[in-house]
Amino acid sequence: MKIITKLWIGLGVLILLSPLGLLLPDHFKAGAAWGEWSSGEIKGLVGYIPKGLEKLSSLWSAPMPDYAFKGWEGESLTRLSFAYVISAILGISLIVLLVIGIGRLLSKKE
Amino acid sequence: MHIPDGYLGPPTCGALFALMLPIWFAASRIVKKTLKVKQVPILAIGAAFSFVIMMFNVPIPCGTTGHAVGGVIVAILLGPWAACIAITVALVIQALLFGDGGITALGANCFNMAFLLPFTGYYIYKAVSFNTPVNSSRRVIAAGVAGYIALNIAAGFTGFEFGIQPLLHKTAGGQALYCPYGLNVALPVMLGEHLFVFGWVEAIVTALVIKYLIKTSPELLNNSIKK
Repeated sequence: MKIITKLWIGLGVLILLSPLGLLLPDHFKAGAAWGEWSSGEIKGLVGYIPKGLEKLSSLWSAPMPDYAFKGWEGESLTRLSFAYVISAILGISLIVLLVIGIGRLLSKKE
Repeated sequence: MHIPDGYLGPPTCGALFALMLPIWFAASRIVKKTLKVKQVPILAIGAAFSFVIMMFNVPIPCGTTGHAVGGVIVAILLGPWAACIAITVALVIQALLFGDGGITALGANCFNMAFLLPFTGYYIYKAVSFNTPVNSSRRVIAAGVAGYIALNIAAGFTGFEFGIQPLLHKTAGGQALYCPYGLNVALPVMLGEHLFVFGWVEAIVTALVIKYLIKTSPELLNNSIKK
């Protein structure tokens, strides 16, 4: 098997395993990454929401926030894991298309 | 390490975008000269790998989470400039589609993870593996060391960018406008968690992937773009 084929299969395996990145932190009761808190979490930490942070944090509303579907906060871990895998597939597809596009533009034919 | 919108004030965001513009420009010019058509799939897989490895949040029990970036692998295979482009694409998709990392902080996140990380990782790998043959085990160690130090440098700068916000922006009442934690907290926390936990994850991931590639496909490591 060609190495490229093996690497694509490896990516596929990582996509299927990706919900571990959701389930393990939940299992070990780990919170958000440091410095990546929501406005609510920050209020709990320092007692207020910094004014500039409050304004800028709502600037962009991502179509699939936190690698889930919109409005899926509080869904079961099973459904969130499903959304996580879909996010991985979607993200990787877009990235591969973009990089191949950029690569075609930049690379030299030999 | 993905700084969200609202944690960095406009001057920091603007300065880091301004720093990234010439880097992106140089990257596209240099990659144009050096990237071969047959290397494009490897570049795409590298970007995709970096994206998905960042989804593997590693927990510190009852504490916080973090993750590897995987960018040093791309830098070792295709050079730091190509890696800069690949990681930038991954970070843009994360920010736009998944809200992981802010739009205003994209310059900062790219500076930390798409510039500092692949460049420091690449040169550390070069220095440690200095002139050893491709199949040498020193290359595997070099890859691990490069991953560990590069992730920590990126984390340290992220902590620095967080930490200078209270110095730059305060209301008359003394409240922070953006990131509320100063250098005395942000720097030791970001560095500490990466030195003790996430840096090792990056080291192991980088070393294992390079070990596998050396075994199955050493030509990938010989083909790397020089400079």
